[in-house]
Amino acid sequence: MLYMTKIPLEQEIQSLKPKKFLMWLFIITSCMLFAALTSAYIVYTGGNPTRGIKVQLPVAFLYSSCLIIISSLTMHYAFKATKELQFAKQRLFLALTILLGFAFFASQWIAWTVLFESGAPFVNSNASESFIYVFSAFHILHIFAGIGMMVYTFIKQNKGIPQYRNMFNMELTSLFWHFLDILWIYLYVFLLLNQ
Amino acid sequence: MSSTAINHTLEHSGHAHDEHAHHQSFLTKYIFSTDHKMIAKQFLITGIIMAVIGMFLSILFRIQLGWPDQSFPLLETFLGKWAEGGRIKPDFYLSLVTIHGTIMVFFVLTAGLSGTFSNLLIPLQLGARDMASPLVNMLSYWFFFTACVIMMGSFFTETGPASAGWTIYPPLSALPKAISGSGIGMTLWLISMVFFIASSLMGALNYISTILNMRTKGMDLWKMPLTIWALFLTAILGTLSFPVLVAGVVLLIFDRSFGTSFYLSDLVVQGQILPQQGGSPILFQHLFWFLGHPEVYIVIMPALGITSEVIATNSRKPIFGYHAMVYSLIGITVLSFIVWGHHMFVTGMSPFLGGVFMITTLIIAVPSAVKTFNYLATLWRGNIRFTPAMLFAIGLVSFFISGGLTGIFLGNAALDINLHDTYFVVAHFHLVMGSAAICGMLSGVYHWFPKMFGRMMDEKLGYLHFWFTFIGAYLVFFPMHFMGLDGVPRRYYAFTEFEFMKEWLTVNTFISWAAIISALGQVAFLWNFFHSIFYGKRATQNPWQSNTLEWTTPVEHLHGNWPGEIPTVYRWPYDYSKPGSPVDFIPQTIPFSETMSSNFSHDFEGNPEAERIQLEWQKNDEAERLAEDKV
Repeated sequence: MLYMTKIPLEQEIQSLKPKKFLMWLFIITSCMLFAALTSAYIVYTGGNPTRGIKVQLPVAFLYSSCLIIISSLTMHYAFKATKELQFAKQRLFLALTILLGFAFFASQWIAWTVLFESGAPFVNSNASESFIYVFSAFHILHIFAGIGMMVYTFIKQNKGIPQYRNMFNMELTSLFWHFLDILWIYLYVFLLLNQ
Repeated sequence: MSSTAINHTLEHSGHAHDEHAHHQSFLTKYIFSTDHKMIAKQFLITGIIMAVIGMFLSILFRIQLGWPDQSFPLLETFLGKWAEGGRIKPDFYLSLVTIHGTIMVFFVLTAGLSGTFSNLLIPLQLGARDMASPLVNMLSYWFFFTACVIMMGSFFTETGPASAGWTIYPPLSALPKAISGSGIGMTLWLISMVFFIASSLMGALNYISTILNMRTKGMDLWKMPLTIWALFLTAILGTLSFPVLVAGVVLLIFDRSFGTSFYLSDLVVQGQILPQQGGSPILFQHLFWFLGHPEVYIVIMPALGITSEVIATNSRKPIFGYHAMVYSLIGITVLSFIVWGHHMFVTGMSPFLGGVFMITTLIIAVPSAVKTFNYLATLWRGNIRFTPAMLFAIGLVSFFISGGLTGIFLGNAALDINLHDTYFVVAHFHLVMGSAAICGMLSGVYHWFPKMFGRMMDEKLGYLHFWFTFIGAYLVFFPMHFMGLDGVPRRYYAFTEFEFMKEWLTVNTFISWAAIISALGQVAFLWNFFHSIFYGKRATQNPWQSNTLEWTTPVEHLHGNWPGEIPTVYRWPYDYSKPGSPVDFIPQTIPFSETMSSNFSHDFEGNPEAERIQLEWQKNDEAERLAEDKV
């Protein structure tokens, strides 16, 4: 750790750029994961009339979509506040986004129970319907990671780390969170089209 | 941008690093190191240990195949109930084959190869202090290590390791009661693989980010050594294909443990009808081979990159067709994503789709052939130095040709009806991705050993090792082609039960002897490697007289690689034996102003000012020479 303190500031700021690039690359791997899952759905369902989603998608999924779009907005405001050095506002909007993240999880949970009750359980001889749970669960895992990042950014900001660090954390977090928003919209539209 | 900024702060960091080195404890220096050179060594040594284990497993099943009716009491002593009466049990035989494949493909030739050389060479050849994120890099190694431990741990379970083959097709892998290896062994295999994929992805993301963002001044993409190009494209392949394996493996875990039926349908086990209905085992094959095929290029491309570098250096010639080499690597990368169906020709795939996959498969032979011809053209009339690294590089070219040719047979959907799942396939991939990639890896080890450990490996032992390996591999795998053409299926436990296969027993005995002898040849390498780490001849800074940046670093390792400023790069890495130059190699760090006698107008990429200066110099030079003549 000794040498960390000796590395000049400028160099450290420069070293953040490749790290931010890592987040973009991670987003690409996530895209591939969901591309694989949705392609698997298409290959599995592929023209077989006994397969496919035979139930109405729960309304809760619609609520999820609304929640996550709003959370993207609050995340944007948090980001803007950080840029304008309004830290109280940054914390407020971050906290809001975290809450919305948990609300999103709740709405997904409700959707799962509704699906289960309407006769499309996870353990199902029509695996097309099992796929709904898989999509949603993989996405929720990402949401938890996103919430973790927000909490980390929040705590670090509270501890008063330098602004360039705070900004870096915010950049990564908001990038990831907006990605999760788009990802869910993709999954939801995919499911709607295959209903 | 980043590189310039890093450049002018170097003096500080150089000092800081020196001081830092004194304060490192054993734990931070050797165990939880974030230094890319140490991580490379960790990957290499772990990879070598795994390779030895993988090879030992292959010898065990070769004993069974070579002498199926004979009892070896020694086996029972070591293996206990898995070799009762001195004969390996059928269940354990399947485990051996499975774990041998898994170790060799993933742990040795993916992590051991990419992990070692990406970590070592990317920062050193590009002029960077370390990776984009040294922390993620360290985690990448420790996830890999955990994966290794879990995989080996499955040998100590009651029911033995996974035994559904390295491709773990369901239903065999999805039903814990299917065979003994499908129980806890399979679960451990899956857990180990999850760690492995995480490790590979962390590594690959780091490599890409480092290559794109952290090159030193002057190092544009077209000045990168071919090793870096190969490692870069390998990392892209990994980034795009490993997530797909995650999808496949997770669905498999759901089928195994939660009772879903993604892959399972119409199954009766021990007279009991299973509840799972409606699944599609073919779905798993699609997901698996979407990773699985790029995976074989993940294995071979770093080896090809290493070979390009070693062959050019030791032929004392520029690599033939540098741009063609890069474009064929890109071609392989793109095409490798649309050929996976050739593993599934006989799964009931539509013949039309089979035709499409056949065409793409045959097309991918084109960039591969371009590379082969370029290697041969580089060797042609070179001033060849037969170092052990060079021999292994030439070995790679040989195996790549002889194994690649049979790929054209197997890629043919009609021929595949006969050849699939026979020893022909085993022969093909052991030559083209097994032996060739191992040769590339060993070539890299011999070539960059001085860089890694500051000492030289013994050349004589290197030659001994090469000939044992090279001849041994051909003796082992070449006869398998003929067995395959005769229809002998792979993965069978004993051939004595089938009339038409009995005549192949003598060949199997021969192969087993060849395998044992070439395995013993590897002892020469192990001794050479570990002995030279401590007692080898001390290396000079640039022992192979090579052009690339890693040889401008001091022999003694330091955190941050270069003591002062990171050198600037002025030229491509292959200026060997350049006409007009008094020396036969011009490192990348030498500016054109210092090599006026050997500059060509194409060196200046259309820069009129530089061309003018060069012309002026040539005129003066001419005049001076004329004046001298007169005197």
